[in-house]
Amino acid sequence: MNAPTVSFDREGAAQVASLQGDWTLQGLEGRIDALRAALDTGEARAAARWDLTGIARIDSLGACLLWRIWGDRLPPALDAGEHTLAMLESASALGVRSRVAPPTTSFDSLAALGRAGLSFARQTGDLVALIGQLLLDLMHIARRPQDAPLREISANLYKTGVSALPITALVGFLIGVVLSYLSALQLKTFGADVFIVNILGIGIVRELGPVLVAVLVAGRSGSAMTAQLGVMRVTEEIDALATMGVQRSLRLVLPKVLALVTALPLLVLWTSSAALFGGMVAASIQLDMSYGFFLDTLPRVVPIANLYIGLAKGVAFGLVIALVACHFGLSVKPNTESLSSNTTKSVVSAITCVILVDALFAIATRHIGLPGG
Amino acid sequence: MSAPVIDIRGLVTRFGTNVVHQDIDLSVAAGEVVALVGGSGSGKTTLLRQVIGLLQPDAGQIRVFGQPLFSGDALADRRLRQRFGVLFQQGALFSALNVLENIAFPLRELRWLDRATIRDLVMMKLAMVELEPRHAWLMPSELSGGMIKRVALARALSLEPELLLLDEPTAGLDPDRSAAFVSLIRTLRGQLGLTVVLVTHDIDTLTALATQVAVLGERRILAYGPLDHVMNVDHPFIQNFFASGRVQRTPDTTVR
Repeated sequence: MNAPTVSFDREGAAQVASLQGDWTLQGLEGRIDALRAALDTGEARAAARWDLTGIARIDSLGACLLWRIWGDRLPPALDAGEHTLAMLESASALGVRSRVAPPTTSFDSLAALGRAGLSFARQTGDLVALIGQLLLDLMHIARRPQDAPLREISANLYKTGVSALPITALVGFLIGVVLSYLSALQLKTFGADVFIVNILGIGIVRELGPVLVAVLVAGRSGSAMTAQLGVMRVTEEIDALATMGVQRSLRLVLPKVLALVTALPLLVLWTSSAALFGGMVAASIQLDMSYGFFLDTLPRVVPIANLYIGLAKGVAFGLVIALVACHFGLSVKPNTESLSSNTTKSVVSAITCVILVDALFAIATRHIGLPGG
Repeated sequence: MSAPVIDIRGLVTRFGTNVVHQDIDLSVAAGEVVALVGGSGSGKTTLLRQVIGLLQPDAGQIRVFGQPLFSGDALADRRLRQRFGVLFQQGALFSALNVLENIAFPLRELRWLDRATIRDLVMMKLAMVELEPRHAWLMPSELSGGMIKRVALARALSLEPELLLLDEPTAGLDPDRSAAFVSLIRTLRGQLGLTVVLVTHDIDTLTALATQVAVLGERRILAYGPLDHVMNVDHPFIQNFFASGRVQRTPDTTVR
């Protein structure tokens, strides 16, 4: 390979610039800045004739470099081989350096705001449409029970419910231990040890258990649902299902929603039990409270309404998580970026919605199941 | 002539107990357009992937530009790979990047070109594959099949390769588009002096582009040479292949 070089000669009164070597991607590597500088001198600008016959090889980069150095035109006097000329010809298609950028206007930020608003409205509309479609599907199943997607429901129950048992139990148990230990430290100073059962009972059964499970399931199953539906969109599997006359909402969305609505209250029960067990263990270590006393006191100080509220929250959270996950899964556009951003959005929105619904529950049930309420 | 661009010696490929290639020898001289043809499962795409370096053969040696594909020196391996461009069957464009960024990607990876030059080069490549500058802002999902192939070709050409490897360049295009794409490749080959290896099923692509044809079958290369030489080789598969191709091209003779 020959290094690209420039030399200037006097030919009578005229200045001649001669270029030699390989003006290619490989040849120019590491030399491009030096050559640019050498060609941007008064000597080069004064050149009356350009001799390019010494160039052994030239590619788009070399042609493009020369074109820009000449100020977006060919010099009036130019000697070059056929191939070099052809390359320069294709570089001339570049024309004058223009700002090749997507067209922008001064209202772009306003338009972006409008687009965000419209997109939010569209998302909400799509979600409402999805809920409506699910209701129609339920009515369809009520009329034709043989169309019920039982296998899919059972598979989803296993994936979202059964296989989540170990992790939810572990997290619940540890949270129970921590909560009980911290509360016991405070209660001990007031001599109010027995109230540990009230605190743990009401706190876990009514509030912490459902929210804890919802967050875990949103991260675990919600993201999986979004990714699964999203990949099926990218690979056109959903379209393939549609051409076989299989309704996507009936076969893909409804089983997920029904399974999660069923599994979540059960998981709430399971996790709350694990958390109470953890609390009981910690209380017996920290406060010398016997298991028998704890279990005996629990139903007396925690009205059963709290358990019903917790289970109702489980149903509502399951519905919210499944709907949000399926909605974002179905709105994935066929590229990898959209898949990852929608999966993130799905988990974040699901958890946010769960907290919102939880606040609504807190307001709606403020007179139920609380001492003095 | 100078040393062959691709030199394959004693290549053996097995998938489990299934032997796909048995002692294949093939060499491609500079400036040739070699078409690999063969029935489904004859290992055409596998051979191409081995030349690219995506698959390692079980035995034998592949040299590209006289150098082994896996030399053990990461830098030398990378430099070698920058000397050839690959057009994948589905285009394999990066779906998260737009057309401009897709074509610019290999150039940016060099890390010594400035943004304005990269932009200029991308626009030149776009013009080369007969796309318009406004197409640079489209995402791959917004492109038609023919445009995806063109953008993928522009990306394959962005590093000024000396060797171009095409996997089914006209598959999935209608006859009109496929003819246009073939003539585009032919023009570019003339302009850039490329060596081309292509895998194809399409007789029209074959006759329009190839200077040499290699027929793969029965785990070896059944015939290798110019098209009219290969067509006259007396082997049932070859006769069948070109016969069925001829029928495709003149559908009126099949009407009865």
